[in-house]
Amino acid sequence: MNAARQNRFNTVAAHGALILYTLIALFPVFVIVINSFKTRKAIFREPLALPNADSFSLIGYETVLKQGDFFLYFQNSMIVTVGSLFLILLFGAMAAFALAEYRFKGNLVMGLYLALGIMIPIRIGTVAILEMMVQTGLVNTLWALILVYTAQGLPLAVFILSEFMRQVSDDLKNAGRIDGLSEYRIFFRLVLPLVRPAMATVAVFNMIPIWNDLWFPLILAPAEEVKTLTLGSQVFIGQFVTDWNAVLSALSLAILPVMALYVIFSRQLIRGITSGAVK
Amino acid sequence: MTALNLTNVCKSFGSVEVLKDINLTVEEGEFVVFVGPSGCGKSTLLRVIAGLEDATKGTVNIGGTVVNSIPPAKRGIAMVFQSYALYPHLSVRDNMALCLKQEKQPKLVIEERVNKAVRMLDLGAYIDRRPSDLSGGQRQRVAIGRAIVREPKLFLFDEPLSNLDAALRMNTRIEIAELHRTLSASMIYVTHDQTEAMTLADKIVVLRDGRVEQVGSPMELYNNPANQFVAGFLGSPAMNFLTKAPLSIPKNGALGIRPEHLRATKGGRIKGTVTHVERLGGDTNLLVSTAQQEALTVRIFGQDGTRVGEEIELDFDDHAAFAFDHEKQRVFAGHG
Repeated sequence: MNAARQNRFNTVAAHGALILYTLIALFPVFVIVINSFKTRKAIFREPLALPNADSFSLIGYETVLKQGDFFLYFQNSMIVTVGSLFLILLFGAMAAFALAEYRFKGNLVMGLYLALGIMIPIRIGTVAILEMMVQTGLVNTLWALILVYTAQGLPLAVFILSEFMRQVSDDLKNAGRIDGLSEYRIFFRLVLPLVRPAMATVAVFNMIPIWNDLWFPLILAPAEEVKTLTLGSQVFIGQFVTDWNAVLSALSLAILPVMALYVIFSRQLIRGITSGAVK
Repeated sequence: MTALNLTNVCKSFGSVEVLKDINLTVEEGEFVVFVGPSGCGKSTLLRVIAGLEDATKGTVNIGGTVVNSIPPAKRGIAMVFQSYALYPHLSVRDNMALCLKQEKQPKLVIEERVNKAVRMLDLGAYIDRRPSDLSGGQRQRVAIGRAIVREPKLFLFDEPLSNLDAALRMNTRIEIAELHRTLSASMIYVTHDQTEAMTLADKIVVLRDGRVEQVGSPMELYNNPANQFVAGFLGSPAMNFLTKAPLSIPKNGALGIRPEHLRATKGGRIKGTVTHVERLGGDTNLLVSTAQQEALTVRIFGQDGTRVGEEIELDFDDHAAFAFDHEKQRVFAGHG
């Protein structure tokens, strides 16, 4: 009886803490979303009030959709994020597999070299990157962003994934070798499905910073046709006048695709965890 | 024809020598068991034979072909792993068929061989299930089936029963023995369990620290161990070694007597006190501390009323005892 009560208390406390944290974390998002549906005056008069018949307005969304090519920005952000994630996961997993699976000279040094990138922020090299992009003619292309983000994400990806690859049963890989599978098939068909939860983790870790980044789009791809969503939203923020309706609407819209991506990856995460548990 | 011939095989990882100059022949149709304590190199030796590790030195010859530089899939071997190592995303049927598909065998042949293995291992009811829906014993049968369909020149088993519970282990052991009789294929089986080694093997290879200690049939090794290690490793309970023996033994040597060769007799040459009694029903093990403070195990067949703390006098037949010198090598009567 006592133990049961204790349990319930723990459960309530744990849920209470989690709910509190969720409220705190979601509050800014909530404020942004409700204010994006209000008139400019209402935003400033009562920032925390819900939109009512009086203050409801879609003017922000109208501005966003009229001014600039927002669908293009969306598309650009999406291409850059998905492209970078794909390359990070592909090359990160391949490098991690090689480091975890094969004994070769310099294995450890190579692993340390790849992990070094976790400690050194890529923005330190911005000037050199810009020069390189100018010389290769990649400035103002989405490729410039994809390549930079891939470089930025690889170190952590290699680091996390190689740890998980080591846990994949050697017997399984060896069984594949004896059955005549190529190393590529062993990697893609046997090992990758087993490290899917780790891949999802890496994807989620990398997705948000890439989607939200302003620095590299501003420097490497500021042209109208390759603007990302974050950069595109900046037109509404002026030095003296800021169109808050438009800014808030743009931000609200920007949340949606990243949320969709997150849902996709977190499904994988959960599936990975439960498939291990019920085995 | 010989199924496998190892000549001077050495293997080192960095500066660590794991296998030291292994020479071994496996005849066609023979069931050979590698046995030894953990870390003795038996699994590494199996991997070298399979081609999963390269030998640092020496040649590996399977069925008359030197296979040192041939990849595992083309060596004509099949391997069964301790952890089953089934492909989690494939059904039982596809698990078995995969290697044949890789070999580009015609569909009919694949079908026929898989069905044969399924019949042999009684897997019919599970054919379309995934490995995760099978029990441990069933998974191991699928793993064995996957080896059978390849019709290899040489089967390799890497501690296949270690993950099974005791009852299942015995059943599967018998199944493997039957399999060997049916297929009359050459098999190499790695285990640290001496019961498996004794019951399955035509020939046992005892390994220690990367060296072959002795090769022979189970009864040869039991009756004629070459050294103290082999004598102590095979047989359960393990052989007793007395350093203060009632017989003349080499200086710093030991006298080995199997627990089943000791008997309680009035006026016996070994006197001691019973410190513990294990009653197994079929037989009884007495743990005895001798007057010289050495521990002995005595195996008495049937049930025995001896109680802890009782004084006991033990004796043995001289011809059933083994003498070992200070280097733990066997010394034969007349030489020592």
